[in-house]
Amino acid sequence: MSWMDIAGIAVVVLSFLLILAFVFIYRKRPLDGLRSIPALNRLQRALGLAVEDGSRIHISLGSASLLNPQTASALVGLTMLDQVAEQSSNSDRPPVVTAGEGNLAILSQGRLRSTFQQANALDQYDPTKARLTGTTPFAYAAGAISSVKEESVSANLLVGHFGPEVMLLTDAAEQDRSFTVAASDAPTAQAVLYAAAEEPLIGEELFAGGAYLRAGPFHQASLRAQDVLRWILAGVLLGGALLQMIGIL
Amino acid sequence: MDPGRRPAGRRIIANDRDLVKSPISVVIAIGIGLVVLLGYFLDLPVLSALRNVLIGWAVILLSVGAWIGIANMLSVHWKKINSNHPDTPYSLVLVTAFVLTLLLGVWDSLFHPANSMFQQAINSIQRPIESSLMAVLTISLAYASIRLMRRRRNAFTVTFFIVTVVFLFLGSGLLALIQLPVVPAVVAGLERLPIAGARGILLGVALGSLTTGLRVLTGADRPYGG
Repeated sequence: MSWMDIAGIAVVVLSFLLILAFVFIYRKRPLDGLRSIPALNRLQRALGLAVEDGSRIHISLGSASLLNPQTASALVGLTMLDQVAEQSSNSDRPPVVTAGEGNLAILSQGRLRSTFQQANALDQYDPTKARLTGTTPFAYAAGAISSVKEESVSANLLVGHFGPEVMLLTDAAEQDRSFTVAASDAPTAQAVLYAAAEEPLIGEELFAGGAYLRAGPFHQASLRAQDVLRWILAGVLLGGALLQMIGIL
Repeated sequence: MDPGRRPAGRRIIANDRDLVKSPISVVIAIGIGLVVLLGYFLDLPVLSALRNVLIGWAVILLSVGAWIGIANMLSVHWKKINSNHPDTPYSLVLVTAFVLTLLLGVWDSLFHPANSMFQQAINSIQRPIESSLMAVLTISLAYASIRLMRRRRNAFTVTFFIVTVVFLFLGSGLLALIQLPVVPAVVAGLERLPIAGARGILLGVALGSLTTGLRVLTGADRPYGG
């Protein structure tokens, strides 16, 4: 086993222990001390308004393949879908989900069905409301535009792996005057979203979605663990740079 | 009662079937996740072999899932065609194009997917359309940048604009015309800044991916249901 493997295992174990520790420490008030993210606050309000006025929420999960590391961003999207579907299960218009990968579409159908079943509102579940809209990034974005424009959508939540094609979706939402929160794990898409989306989530804010929508104590704890790991990583990087400057490394 | 609101008090916990299904799917997911993770780090032949078999199964399942996704897409468009939806012409084009591509693709003797004529036929339709969409994106992005100044007037937005202009200027190659010895070094240094920024963002994303993976591995997140 190489040093890299040992370091990898150490990081995984440390992250796991940190998450467990934060679940225990903040078990009574899991949201304590987390900074406010305006985009997610506005999303909460938009969800409430959508239920009140009987409009629909559109969730787009991007086009990450489940075998790639980008899957994590789509998993965050699925967690947020759970929360959105749970909150809007009281509404006559359930959320509509679009995906650019077949397996993501199936997973989102499963999550929608499960949420409506738990809310005893299975009659609300329509498998065609969670759909694959295209298998290439542009085909997916072009197909998802019709969901943004034609299904009484008042808010769009774009969370997953996107490229610059996400601009087509934000533009359609802007034209339709619907509210948009958008996040991607790709720096190119983040740059595009900063200019184009009404409320972009930049960097690792994408992974805070579940925590702020109250998906469970593990979500808030993993957010705190990320913060600690970031400081450790920054320290290691600076330390490494210093050691290289003085000629030790 | 407000429009669109369902009667309250209909929420129940999971039904009996869910309670039975839950532990089995969670145990399978956690077990397989641990084997694959350990197989990545530990150099044990048994573990590596098991990991390869499991990943092979995952690839087959994902391929089947992709087909189910396509069937779902076709059913959505079929529904639109049957209900005289305003998008019916687009849905007709999609279904027709899909059936034609599929038939030509499986017609092994003439149009195998690797056949150059088949590839050319697909690419001469798909590539121009995607290039046109990219061109639309360029215009939309320029317009969105103007809108951004109206929507978010703060220091961050101003910085965003200045940085964009500076790097557009650097990328244009105009500085190469200035014959000073220090210029190439300064330009090279400045051009490394976006890479450093992108790395910072990617490190944050990597940490987020790690903790998301751990939540799935511990069963706290269950995207597979259960």
